[in-house]
Amino acid sequence: MKFALVRPVFAAFGLTLVAGSVLAADDVTGAGATFPAPLYAKWADAYNKVSGARINYQSVGSGAGLKQIRAKTVDFGASDMPLKDDELAKDGMVQFPTVIGGVVPVVNIQGIQPGQIKLTGQVLGDIYLGKVAKWNDAAITSLNPGVNLPDAAISVVRRADGSGTSFIFTNYLSKVNAEWKSKVGEGTAVNWPTGAGGKGNEGVSSYVQRLPNSIGYVEYAYAKQNKMAHVLLKNAAGNFVAPDDLNFKAAAAGADWNKSFYQVLTEQPGKDSWPLTGATFIMMHKSQDKPAQGAAALKFFDWAYSNGDKMATELEYVPLPDAVKTLVRKEWGQIKDGSGKVVAAK
Amino acid sequence: MAATLPASHFDKNEMQRSDPMGRPPTVRRAGPWADSLFSALAHGAALLTLALLAAIIGSLIVGAMPAIREYGLSFLWRSEWDPVKDQYGGLVMIYGTLATSLIALLIAVPVSFGIALFLTELSPGWLRRPLGVAIELLAAVPSIVYGMWGLLVFSPVLSQYVQQPMQRLFGNVPLLKSLVSGAPVGIGILSAGIILAIMIIPFIAAVMRDVFEVTPAMLKESAYGLGSTTWEVVFKVVLPYTKTGVIGGIMLGLGRALGETMAVTFVIGNANQLNGPSLFEAANSITSVLANEFAEASEGLHQASLLYLALVLFFVTFVVLALSKVLLAQLRKGEGARA
Repeated sequence: MKFALVRPVFAAFGLTLVAGSVLAADDVTGAGATFPAPLYAKWADAYNKVSGARINYQSVGSGAGLKQIRAKTVDFGASDMPLKDDELAKDGMVQFPTVIGGVVPVVNIQGIQPGQIKLTGQVLGDIYLGKVAKWNDAAITSLNPGVNLPDAAISVVRRADGSGTSFIFTNYLSKVNAEWKSKVGEGTAVNWPTGAGGKGNEGVSSYVQRLPNSIGYVEYAYAKQNKMAHVLLKNAAGNFVAPDDLNFKAAAAGADWNKSFYQVLTEQPGKDSWPLTGATFIMMHKSQDKPAQGAAALKFFDWAYSNGDKMATELEYVPLPDAVKTLVRKEWGQIKDGSGKVVAAK
Repeated sequence: MAATLPASHFDKNEMQRSDPMGRPPTVRRAGPWADSLFSALAHGAALLTLALLAAIIGSLIVGAMPAIREYGLSFLWRSEWDPVKDQYGGLVMIYGTLATSLIALLIAVPVSFGIALFLTELSPGWLRRPLGVAIELLAAVPSIVYGMWGLLVFSPVLSQYVQQPMQRLFGNVPLLKSLVSGAPVGIGILSAGIILAIMIIPFIAAVMRDVFEVTPAMLKESAYGLGSTTWEVVFKVVLPYTKTGVIGGIMLGLGRALGETMAVTFVIGNANQLNGPSLFEAANSITSVLANEFAEASEGLHQASLLYLALVLFFVTFVVLALSKVLLAQLRKGEGARA
């Protein structure tokens, strides 16, 4: 009995040792954003089954991912915050989006259902500035006639750690609230004027679920899985929209990807566009020191663009529009080996 | 070495002969190779630890250099922390670390003393063992569990039964009002301090119990024989006899409180502003800001400032340790004077 239990463990251990030593040479490694990590893991697993190639992705955070790709310790970096074109050129890298996701403001007020509260970007910014401090403030009640809002202080919840989610959120607030722009600004970590900070999406969602009369912001998947009360936001076209896949897609369609992949999809035009939308990006060096790895990484993303949309949808991400995928594949032509040969397979 | 050792008590012949025949001949056997190898290994391990310590301090200083050059010592009293405008100061986190650790000690030391006193002097024999094991088990709970418990279970209770009544009670009292202000959510310096106290109690209590137990029974019985109460025995006999161990235990707990990360992150609120002296205001600690911001910190001043904070924490821990040594030396001196 004992042996029967022990032997498979040893066998598995031995296998990983063998697999590790054999594949380590041409394993593709990437590191970065935590937001797309579940999807990259799923893609890598499925890709491994069809091709046998192994993709290791370490979700260490966007900032750490950028550090690693700059130091060339990984084959690709991943970040929720795109690099500006001049920064990319300075580092000799290209970037391309993989999937689109949404950030959702969520509230916890007794008796309030998902989608029952409407907010504008201006008011959301004032709440996070601490200027609108009570739920029955005229700024909120005038947007929500007929909704019974309590005479209670708003508990503001935000991310404590640096995060691409915070970048999308603060980028949006900077676009729609002038005071936010001048006082706080945008970034993965900012000097939050008020509120309690939770670590990670799970930290924020547990704070919001725990604290009565609170407001926070999380990725769409977290809001949906935890059945949190999301907020309707007024978009650039003046409509109050709910966060869902179609509205994220509408925001992505509004962006002009032709000029540059530096696209932050917040506050995009379009009557259905969800204003807190963002893409997540991959960064790779233009000149590949290890062309085999570079080619393998591009092969993986090419496969994922062709076969990964369903997996993305299952995990509440939104696949890129086909037109954008074509543009990205064209962009891959810039990634070359030492002799100037394009590494991507035609 | 062998020559200077006194002759064995058990060998009577040796004792008788050793005097008339003078010192035994010095026989130095060459150490077997295993001895010298072991000695080299032991020396190596000790030196390696020292080298590691030096390397850590060195790399912290190198990493923090941009921030040290930019702010110098003023970093310690600047309260701004703004990654967007690239302005950093460590006051809020240093204050948070010290305040939460102080609160933790204020609670944990008396409680641990009580636990140790009960276990060694008052507890019935059959309870001693299970209770001792239970307290030691508390030390084995992972800190993230304390953090989650603190956030989901403890802080609502603290908010409802402590913070809100206190705010009602002291709402109009000038000085106390500012001590209890803040959003009624039970997250902040006080809850972090209490969680830390719960975490360090098992360490301090276990050490105290162990040292109380080694107090010679003769000393205690003599005191009892002279008519001392249990309290007098513990306070005037056991505690002076064991003070080195007790202070060591407290320092062990303080060291853990200063360095604790996950549990604090959960309940301190992670706010990088200091909005007055309130015990219920969200704040931040050095370890917590490091855990939260390091992965996403951009290279340059942000990262350097975080490393500067780590260096400050290193320094604080070092000072605490040094102070405890000074305290012990002072106590020992006082002892000599009394005698």
